[in-house]
Amino acid sequence: MKKIAVIDYGMGNLRSVQKGFEKVGVDAFITDKPEDILSADGVVLPGVGAFKDCMDNLEADKLIEPIKEVVAKGTPFLGICLGLQLLFTESEEFGIHKGLDILPGRIRRFPADMLEGDRNLKVPHMGWNRISIKKECPLLSDTADGDYFYFVHSYYVDTPDKDIILTTTDYGINFTSAVCRDNVYGVQFHPEKSQDIGLKIFKRFGEMI
Amino acid sequence: MLTKRIIPCLDVKDGRVVKGVNFVDLIDAGDPVESAMAYDRAGADELTFLDITASHEKRDIIIDVIRRTADNIFLPLTVGGGIRTLEDIKAILRAGADKVSINTAAVHDPIFVKRASERFGSQCIVVAIDAKQKQGKNAWEVYTHGGRNNTGIDAIGWAVKMEEYGAGEILLTSMDRDGTNIGYDIPLTRSLSDAVKVPVIASGGAGNIDHLYEALDIGGADAVLAASIFHYGTYTIGQVKKVLSERGVNMRMTR
Repeated sequence: MKKIAVIDYGMGNLRSVQKGFEKVGVDAFITDKPEDILSADGVVLPGVGAFKDCMDNLEADKLIEPIKEVVAKGTPFLGICLGLQLLFTESEEFGIHKGLDILPGRIRRFPADMLEGDRNLKVPHMGWNRISIKKECPLLSDTADGDYFYFVHSYYVDTPDKDIILTTTDYGINFTSAVCRDNVYGVQFHPEKSQDIGLKIFKRFGEMI
Repeated sequence: MLTKRIIPCLDVKDGRVVKGVNFVDLIDAGDPVESAMAYDRAGADELTFLDITASHEKRDIIIDVIRRTADNIFLPLTVGGGIRTLEDIKAILRAGADKVSINTAAVHDPIFVKRASERFGSQCIVVAIDAKQKQGKNAWEVYTHGGRNNTGIDAIGWAVKMEEYGAGEILLTSMDRDGTNIGYDIPLTRSLSDAVKVPVIASGGAGNIDHLYEALDIGGADAVLAASIFHYGTYTIGQVKKVLSERGVNMRMTR
């Protein structure tokens, strides 16, 4: 049976990601071993926490090269939340820090002065929000325009390459909430926390491997 | 636009729900996992477990409950109660929870919140504040031990400090209103929500849908936590969301 490697670099709730795949009949296992990642049929990079800490952890666990290698050889790859942000060139979180630089763009903080009526919008952007689909993609073939997903983040993707944008979401600004280029996919929201609508994304990703 | 969240809270003691959930379709209303699954089906936006198990030695029980919950439902889960160390947090997150809520430990050692948010990320650190109004004044103080101990700390200033220390969200409970069903403390909720940038969950006092509306609209809360009105079946989550939505509150409607 084909298997998805969920990369463990010491951050966050990986169990829900693994169980989410299991729920839709896709085999997934949690690993921090480069050889497991290199031999997997699909790879998921989850992640919560600070950008630099996560890059440091990936580096310390010698996972950066294997990630770049599987992306280059065409293995379906999915970044979730911070895992999406790590795919980009750099981030402004606590100073400028280099990312994996697989996709072009910078990770920026939500502006402090975003308003909704007369009230400031809260940061982090935490809770359920809608996506607006910009481009067709097999990852979203069971997803409808306007579906709700669960988000938790204070930073967002700003990319000059508009062709990679799959969906946008409105929170004070219209930000990029999902991307795709070739075999690389990334979602800012948490499919593993978005009930059945989220798990449909996992199902579609599982069908690509 | 981001929706406001409806969060049922289950009190869990020694692995059992304390205030039983009164749903007709439950085989075992005392099982937190089964109750959580019922709320998942009902359209809750998140779930919270408050572990009121007295003994620290019995913490494995809640870990097992979290694990079984995370195996079955794919909804954000917050766990609070008795969290004192980074190891406690790690065990809870590893079992499948998304956030922990820290209350007494934050008052005893505010730096603990800082360490926790640096290690695990602000997004999973909720600081729970139990506040009581100062007699005759438009001010509130932080209490611990279920409202028995007055720390003398100003609740609004405390929330601002906890935000600085990395809290990603504030769970605000009015000890004056908790268990009364007469409505949330709206001035408290509004004052605190205006003072911080992070989301605020209002708790304590919900008795009807008007109360939820007031907390979200006038109080400026980002989410409301409620226990008895859902557990006793006074309203379903769907009814609440429908009414709030008709009154102009942005809600995630589920099928």
